[in-house]
Amino acid sequence: MARLHRELAGLFAVLAAVTGCAGGREDRATVRFWGMGREGEVVRDLVPEFERRNPGVRLVVQQIPWTSAHEKLLTAFVGRSTPDLAQLGNTWIPEFAAIGALDPIDSSVARSGSVSPARYFPGVWATSLYDGAVYGIPWYVDTRVLYYRPDLFARAGYASAPRTWGEWRDAMRKVKRIQPPSAHPILLPTNEWEQLAILGLQKGSPLLADNGTRGAFSGPEFRAAAEFYVGIYREGLAPIVSYSQLGNAYQEFGRGNIAMWMTGPWNLGEFRHRLPPAEQKLWMTAPLPAPDDSPWPGASFSGGSSLAIFRGSQSKPEAWKVIEFLSEPAIQARFYALSGDLPASRAAWDDPALAGDEKARAFRTQVERVVAMPRVPEWEQIAQHMAERLEPAIRGRESLPAALAAIDADVDRILEKRRWMLAHRREQRGR
Amino acid sequence: MRAAAIFLTPGLLVIGLFFLLPIAASLLLSLTDFDIYALGDLGNARLVGFRNFVRLLADPLFWTSVRNTFYFVLVGGPLTLGVALAAALLLHSKLTRWKGLFRTIFFTPYITTLVAVAIVFRYLYHPRFGGLNRILELFGISAIDWLGDPRWAMPAIILLAIWKNFGYAMILFIAGLQAIPESLYEAARLDGAGRLQLFRRITLPMLAPTFLFLGILTTIGYFQFFAEPYVMTGGGGPLNATLSTGLLMYKQGFRWWNMGYAAAIAVVLGLVILAFSALQFRIEKRRSA
Repeated sequence: MARLHRELAGLFAVLAAVTGCAGGREDRATVRFWGMGREGEVVRDLVPEFERRNPGVRLVVQQIPWTSAHEKLLTAFVGRSTPDLAQLGNTWIPEFAAIGALDPIDSSVARSGSVSPARYFPGVWATSLYDGAVYGIPWYVDTRVLYYRPDLFARAGYASAPRTWGEWRDAMRKVKRIQPPSAHPILLPTNEWEQLAILGLQKGSPLLADNGTRGAFSGPEFRAAAEFYVGIYREGLAPIVSYSQLGNAYQEFGRGNIAMWMTGPWNLGEFRHRLPPAEQKLWMTAPLPAPDDSPWPGASFSGGSSLAIFRGSQSKPEAWKVIEFLSEPAIQARFYALSGDLPASRAAWDDPALAGDEKARAFRTQVERVVAMPRVPEWEQIAQHMAERLEPAIRGRESLPAALAAIDADVDRILEKRRWMLAHRREQRGR
Repeated sequence: MRAAAIFLTPGLLVIGLFFLLPIAASLLLSLTDFDIYALGDLGNARLVGFRNFVRLLADPLFWTSVRNTFYFVLVGGPLTLGVALAAALLLHSKLTRWKGLFRTIFFTPYITTLVAVAIVFRYLYHPRFGGLNRILELFGISAIDWLGDPRWAMPAIILLAIWKNFGYAMILFIAGLQAIPESLYEAARLDGAGRLQLFRRITLPMLAPTFLFLGILTTIGYFQFFAEPYVMTGGGGPLNATLSTGLLMYKQGFRWWNMGYAAAIAVVLGLVILAFSALQFRIEKRRSA
């Protein structure tokens, strides 16, 4: 019921905006903000506070479902009806910057008293850059850590979470021994590309070579990571299932049919809601293990969303005010309380709600060691293709080097246009 | 002459604007590499000749989608018509009562929204709580992961398509049955024909035009199947077992924004549908000649 009320309120807000514009009575500047999914819903709770502090600006939030967000934004760009401000998945920034939908905001950042690169985690700040310019301000962080079952680890002879790949695999084998035969020590859904991409980054693979114009998947670093990854499945330490085939991952975890899961911050809330109180002692988080030759913790990827201003906006200074507002540590902490999204700004982590949460602590350690995925518009397509194309190797139907070579060949084909674009641009500059 | 031109112009304009122009545009598009970069600056689109088509024919995912689409058309199409004919015969029988009621019930699925139906079916197919597995359990059959198992996902979707679509074909079959003169049956009965013979020698041949029409309509519709896997299996899963050519086209076009490549898929799909319809016409013509 409360939800219905909120939606009705939103509808009236939109109606009011429409009639307000038509009547011309409104002298406040309007910032149209597109928020995605849950974030788009909870950010409404912050609007009154913003409008109280900025009486000259009205903030209209429109909620867009994640599944159609990308499509809607592109369609809006083609139809010249982009919002002033939007939440963009970090992997989308290169794409929208490349097509000229976004404005660089370097000068706003330079002038701003509250938003500066030093206040953000370096790996997170890097996600909002394209071609050396700033196109967005990180809003919240998404990364992967290791969720595990401390009790099963203790029974298998491990007092704490593994810190190196060697320990990690050893722990999987030992846990496997104390599990029932149908159970598996680790869950790595085959449809998720993040896991392998992270292992590759940890080994020092750039994932894409030559300024993001060629695949680097058959390079020695990535191959070492893929060998480790594929070995886990082939040894029977992880079930060969996609996430949707699994049924209920939380239940399986609670029953001990899975003892480890490499997953993200949203699952802090999910584990708390879905596991009964008695089972809350049965899960813990830890930063990712590192390859045996590099320092702990191992790198993780830097995902999440940024706030970006569109080139077609008529109220850019006001939109920037919204960004500054949402970036304040206190507001970031409140946003965490509302959404469970981890703050991108360092200072917000000192908030007692986060600092006092022992299960969120692994994320605090991890965000210091996050790396941005390759900054090319084609990255998501490449990454999904990589995960799909690797499955035959996981199932033992194809050798790993053959699969990696095939991935590189496909990626080179996907990136052909990008190579042409870069060459073309050089040529034009030369003239 | 001039009067004819005046009367024809509006119709021709509409057809040209909303039918011929888009077809020409997509043909042209399929010869370019229009993509996300071209969206920002049209100068970034290149004419690439038939490269999209060459790439398409070498794309294993395309062949997977073609296999799935043919599976759906060749299994789902005949089954839909079969169920529809059976229902039509039952409803046409003189012994059946409440005909209007049954006709309405059988026809209702056809006019419901596919997305809503697909969501309800997703519940029915749920491996643990779904109604279908509950029923199977009564017969001692262990639970099937309908939409999660690559072997069962397509049959599950075909089942939904049959249930959803047979009502329309049934109505047309009933109309066809009603158009068969009773005198034919009487004459045959006097000659001593049995019920099976009546069906094979009179009902089926007299229904041939209906079969042709429904065959072509169902084939065209089923070749483009899209919404079922889009809603039910999260876009073609598991392991691409329900990835249809239409869905692949959508993904390439609106997910990755490879418009040129997606247009090439559309052209190929259009040609396949055209070929199939021509084939059905041909068979029917030869049969009646």
